[in-house]
Amino acid sequence: MMIESLKHLPRPQLSNAELSGQFTDLAPALSARQAIIESARCLYCYDAPCTRSCPSEIDVAGFIRNIHDGDINSAAHGILKQNILGGSCARVCPTEILCEDACVRNHHAEGQPVKIGLLQRYALDHMKFASHPFTRAATTGRKIAVVGAGPAGLSCAHRLAMLGNDVVIFEAREKPGGLNEYGIAKYKLVGDFAQKEVEFLLAIGGIEIRYGQTLGGNLRLKDLHGSFDSVFLGLGLGASRRLGLTGEDAPGLLAAVDYIAALRQADDLTQLPVPARAIVIGGGNTAIDIAVQIRLLGAEEVTLVYRRDAAKMTATGHEQDIAKANLVSIRTWAQPQQVLLDKAGRVRGMRFEKTRMEAARLTGSGETFDIPAEAIFKAIGQGFDCADIDGLERDGDKIRVDDQFRTCLPGFYAGGDCVAPGQDLTVQAVQHGKLAALAIHRDLMAKMEAA
Amino acid sequence: MADLSINFCGIKSPNPFWLASAPPTDKAYNVVRAFEAGWGGVVWKTLGEDPAAVNVSSRYSAHYGNNREVLGFNNIELITDRSLTINLREITQVKKDWPDRAMVVSLMLPCEEHYWKNMLPLIEATGADGIELNFGCPHGMSERGMGSAVGQVPEYVEMVTRWCKAHTKLPVIVKLTPNITDVRLPARAALAGGADAVSLINTINSITALDLDRMIALPVVGNSSTHGGYCGSAVKPIALNMVAEIARDPLTKGLPISGIGGIGNWRDVAEFIALGAGSVQVCTAAMLHGFRIVEGMKDGLSRWMDEKGYRSVAEFSGKAIPNTTDWKNLDMNYQVIAHIDQGSCIQCGRCYVACEDTSHQSIAQHIEASGARRYEVIEHECVGCNLCEITCPVEDCITMVAQDTGKAYMNWTQDPRNPRREAR
Ligand SMILES: Cc1cc2nc3c(=O)[nH]c(=O)nc-3n(C[C@H](O)[C@H](O)[C@H](O)COP(=O)(O)OP(=O)(O)OC[C@H]3O[C@@H](n4cnc5c(N)ncnc54)[C@H](O)[C@@H]3O)c2cc1C
Ligand SMILES: Cc1cc2nc3c(=O)[nH]c(=O)nc-3n(C[C@H](O)[C@H](O)[C@H](O)COP(=O)(O)O)c2cc1C
Ligand code: SF4
Repeated sequence: MMIESLKHLPRPQLSNAELSGQFTDLAPALSARQAIIESARCLYCYDAPCTRSCPSEIDVAGFIRNIHDGDINSAAHGILKQNILGGSCARVCPTEILCEDACVRNHHAEGQPVKIGLLQRYALDHMKFASHPFTRAATTGRKIAVVGAGPAGLSCAHRLAMLGNDVVIFEAREKPGGLNEYGIAKYKLVGDFAQKEVEFLLAIGGIEIRYGQTLGGNLRLKDLHGSFDSVFLGLGLGASRRLGLTGEDAPGLLAAVDYIAALRQADDLTQLPVPARAIVIGGGNTAIDIAVQIRLLGAEEVTLVYRRDAAKMTATGHEQDIAKANLVSIRTWAQPQQVLLDKAGRVRGMRFEKTRMEAARLTGSGETFDIPAEAIFKAIGQGFDCADIDGLERDGDKIRVDDQFRTCLPGFYAGGDCVAPGQDLTVQAVQHGKLAALAIHRDLMAKMEAA
Repeated sequence: MADLSINFCGIKSPNPFWLASAPPTDKAYNVVRAFEAGWGGVVWKTLGEDPAAVNVSSRYSAHYGNNREVLGFNNIELITDRSLTINLREITQVKKDWPDRAMVVSLMLPCEEHYWKNMLPLIEATGADGIELNFGCPHGMSERGMGSAVGQVPEYVEMVTRWCKAHTKLPVIVKLTPNITDVRLPARAALAGGADAVSLINTINSITALDLDRMIALPVVGNSSTHGGYCGSAVKPIALNMVAEIARDPLTKGLPISGIGGIGNWRDVAEFIALGAGSVQVCTAAMLHGFRIVEGMKDGLSRWMDEKGYRSVAEFSGKAIPNTTDWKNLDMNYQVIAHIDQGSCIQCGRCYVACEDTSHQSIAQHIEASGARRYEVIEHECVGCNLCEITCPVEDCITMVAQDTGKAYMNWTQDPRNPRREAR
């Protein structure tokens, strides 16, 4: 995948092997012995806070006890029955604000949470099942369309298949996985893990994926309405927000997610354009991800600019530490004012205005400064965009659903990033997919009984 | 999926996991929660004659490991402190609501036949599946001539068992005390009295720790203490041996055994069953962690059974008995030697000091100029005692490797070094 907007920039200095070596696991896997020692630290709390804070309701204390008892398959089964993408969640979840934040071992007299994410990964890396660990219930004869093969869609499809339904997934791109395949930082989900996990998930049977099928393009809601008993939309957030400045489309300025997608898909990392100096705008995890990855590819100076103070950044402290460890400089209290272009009309830097809080409102101070750079990456959030869902009510720009993930159209459900509730996290999308599948199944069964 | 259901001396249960007669089975509220969590059966907290027993305040104490995990647990509680009427009413109701679970009622009464004769019809009327005779409680009740005071005298065991068999059609399980020199004797007595099964072990006399400022043992009651009954993980090895002793005794061969003592996970369960238990009972582990532990036991045991190809509990019950024998039958020509995997050695030096100070000086310590340390087995000195393997904190770092001695099996009775050898 070529990045049009940056094609004028140089290619990395290092070889493909050296570059690939930069993108190994951020948190290395536990050895068998580390897993035993770590699992022994768990107190097997009752009504455990870690489980309460897991968006996918994994019985954390239970699976850690299984590991400690030497029963890896039961640990894995316990994780997967709640979260079929537990392998990627073990790697990408911001555990520092979820289960590990809740762990009682964080208490000031204790110091360190149990490494729950790594233990989860350990169980799933070492499980040994002769066949897929879940079986399908007797067929219901119902057929359900899922749009989007991201975490929400996949999780929904798996649960529906398990309950005895047949599923067809319609996916716009040429590979499944959603942001697991195209968006997550390369050092969190390494190699082809995302594809391997989808293969494992599909092994339950009863799920067909059709690629190159875009809702609003070659696929219409009303077609689905006619041919399926229910429809689940797991569309994610396709659109990158705009800065609203002139020069926004100049060569050198692009959305962080587009670059990350190209990076994740590249077989040969030496073909990626890499700026010597880059600016990243935003304060979330995507901003950290792009800043760190572009550094790992060889950019010399990467400056992340955020308009408030570091404590307000949505990137967690842990994420900010990763950026600092990779020598990304973080500048706070400044907002973009002007894209600076060279004679050829390409990005040569950006002018920022300093900001401050005045009467509880963020305001520009009028004072400006310039940062020279060959590339500017926008990481100011993703928005929902999809043609052909006009019939659906919105909550802001996202799809409105009730607590059973039903949209306002009967038979249509939605979940994951494209709906309003919750945080935009992989684990949240998996949970939405699972709960929506249960709701779809329940509603269909109720209809069958009534008929 | 492996079939976990059992038929233990005529008592059916969806799985072999029962809760032992103790606080977890004290009343309907607990037992219902246990059944909801998935336990296959319970032995109801021991009933006695009315008026009910009265307990003291401060009742438990523990023997802790380094991380404050409870290794052993000690109690000075008596049998049920609730009235007979309430207990019988609750047992009836719970059995009615949970017909597929095993409901065994534990009993302790004075050593006179009329007490048993009067009580047994009341138990039968509840719909219970069996009775267990508590000849094991080693504290309090034994001072009143019951519990272990009965269990320690085989003649009493046989006599009371016979009364019970005469006055009820329900299966009779005799619960044995470990506070005895040879547990086979009361087991034989129980069988002679007509027992359908034995269960063991009850608790072991114990004092766990002292308050050294006040010079009183724990648990403290006012200004004094008393010995209690010891249970929990620490007693498992004692219980396993006692189960094996009865299982391999020709005089009690085939007598069903309910294994009790220190069971906390699926592996413990598998071990008791392999040494001859047909069901297992748990008390302390449930008291420490709640009823939810049964989930891991069920999952773990059935996965392990699937892996090994055992379709039912009966298929591996007693499988380790033929391999459990007397010392005199062990192979004198068998030889193992310690092997240290240098790749996984963390250089703690524990194996070295253990062998150097207390065993056979068979591990050499090399300290390089850099300070790096290396431990090597001096193979011709190693007797194969396992001490270094046991003291090593890294699993599988030290392994005991069987040597090919080229010599055939020869036991002590055949060994020329044995001055009293029988065979040649
Ligand atoms: C750069 C980045 C880094 C992230 N890092 C993390 C992280 O470290 N940890 C974490 O927990 N979360 C992270 N997230 C968030 C996480 O990736 C999302 O919350 C999660 O992927 C949402 O899943 P989803 O299924 O709702 O949507 P997506 O993963 O976006 O999947 C949507 C799928 O639908 C398809 N699709 C979209 N529109 C159509 C259409 N019209 N027709 C057909 N198919 C369509 C898409 O191609 C895609 O396959 C990150 C997000 C980004 C952008
Ligand atoms: C607090 C307490 C009370 C007990 N009460 C009884 C009892 O009433 N009757 C009985 O047969 N055993 C009683 N026991 C013994 C248990 O049933 C069991 O035999 C013993 O605790 C060993 O099992 P464990 O290691 O799983 O705890 C009691 C044990 C404890 C800890
Ligand atoms: S909170 Fe921590 S110690 Fe408690 S159960 Fe969860 S992981 Fe274990």
